[in-house]
Amino acid sequence: MADAYAYYPGCSGLGTSREYEQSTRAICRALGIELRDIPDWSCCGSTPAHTVDHVFSAALSARNLALVEDLGLETVITPCPSCLTNLKVASHRMHDESFFNDVNALLDKPCGNSVAVKSVLQVLVEDLGPEAIRDKVSKPLAGLKVAPYYGCIMNRPPEIMRFDDPENPTAMDTILQALGAEVVPFPLKVECCGASYGVARKDIVMHLSGKLLDLAQDNGADAMVTACPLCQMNLDLRQGQINSALGRDFRMPVFYYTQLMGLALSIDADELGLNRLNVNPKRALHRAEQRLKERERQQAEKEAKRQARKSEREASAA
Amino acid sequence: MECLKLDKTYDAEFVNQVMAESQQDPAWCYQCGNCSAGCPYTFVYDLPVHQIMRLLQAGQKETILRSRSLWLCATCESCTTRCPNNIDVARIVDVLRHMARRHGYITEKDVKRFNDSFLESVKKHGRVFELGTLVKYVARSGKFWTDIELGPKVMAKGKMTPKPHDIQGKDEVAKIYNRFMGEEK
Repeated sequence: MADAYAYYPGCSGLGTSREYEQSTRAICRALGIELRDIPDWSCCGSTPAHTVDHVFSAALSARNLALVEDLGLETVITPCPSCLTNLKVASHRMHDESFFNDVNALLDKPCGNSVAVKSVLQVLVEDLGPEAIRDKVSKPLAGLKVAPYYGCIMNRPPEIMRFDDPENPTAMDTILQALGAEVVPFPLKVECCGASYGVARKDIVMHLSGKLLDLAQDNGADAMVTACPLCQMNLDLRQGQINSALGRDFRMPVFYYTQLMGLALSIDADELGLNRLNVNPKRALHRAEQRLKERERQQAEKEAKRQARKSEREASAA
Repeated sequence: MECLKLDKTYDAEFVNQVMAESQQDPAWCYQCGNCSAGCPYTFVYDLPVHQIMRLLQAGQKETILRSRSLWLCATCESCTTRCPNNIDVARIVDVLRHMARRHGYITEKDVKRFNDSFLESVKKHGRVFELGTLVKYVARSGKFWTDIELGPKVMAKGKMTPKPHDIQGKDEVAKIYNRFMGEEK
């Protein structure tokens, strides 16, 4: 593992995904991953920028890559898949000389394009590893059934993202299992949630995110787990709108995977921003506890019966 | 079904420009339909993505650029990931959207209003100011009820800051915009 990683939180971390930002920092601290803040970082331009022009979009990202170069660090990591995509695509396209020159012509301070870009999730899985995470778990999430939802762009296209499987990613599954949670099958792992159309074309998000909630519920999940601020907002904050639009009654909590990691590492719930989730997760966590107790009760019953049979056999033999 | 007179309507300059800007060759597309099958947005598209590819092969600039589909693509990368001929379809659609914007074909006005509000916020503050972006969008679209019911929820949870986070280097960010627009060197 590297000594320290430059850390790019992304704009939503200051607002709508504050709990992702809080919980990411909390688990990195607990796991000994040093995050170095990038002084005066700016917005990557997100989706709106790349729909206007690719050089313009890359320049907004490259300003930040240049700041990381100033820090003298080799790798920048970000929790947000939209930031990740923009930073990675910029870096990928800047390997072309004329694109590189066009981008730098828009910048005050040139970017050498020498920095590697990864997600926080990639560092957790590849640099730290699920075993090291399992070793630190003090409150296993046993009994909790979760549907891991990755969103569309964290792994795609594979030639640029170079992490995990583009159709059936398993990085979060692996971590959630290391935490003791039960991962339910979720075939729509990389299907789009409706992205940023929540404002201008709400009907799209209602339809697409509604499908995701429906599948998670059908497959018996107590909660969904995401790694993306936009997915989380569509599924959690907009769940009431989805219920009204589709005539449903979903009450599905949607965690950031970092929040569940924090719970398993015994970090305080407030420090993980659990109180900022729109759909209260208490019911789901309680259900998981009850399920675990019921399993333990059944197990004890079985054991008692086995013991009883054993004593019976011993008595009849004597 | 519509018949196209390709000898009269094929726009070679348009096709060449799309190829240059996307660095992709649409001729590789053999219309298997994988892109449209996997596209989560086909249900709201006027032209499914494989038809856009076919129309591009046929050089049909006008029909493509006025398609609402260009503005509704979320760049989810399903088409690119699943194309058996390794065409970066999402990049082509993005380039077509750039051209539609430049030529004034704005067929989903609210989508453009939202994107513009977002980018203006970044230009002004260096980082996007979420509340400011929404307020600007509402003012432009006239849709004053947009997400109004979410307001109390995000405020109570401390998830929407009432003030922007201006960075020190916001002028550097604004200069990226101005240089891109040719307004500054």
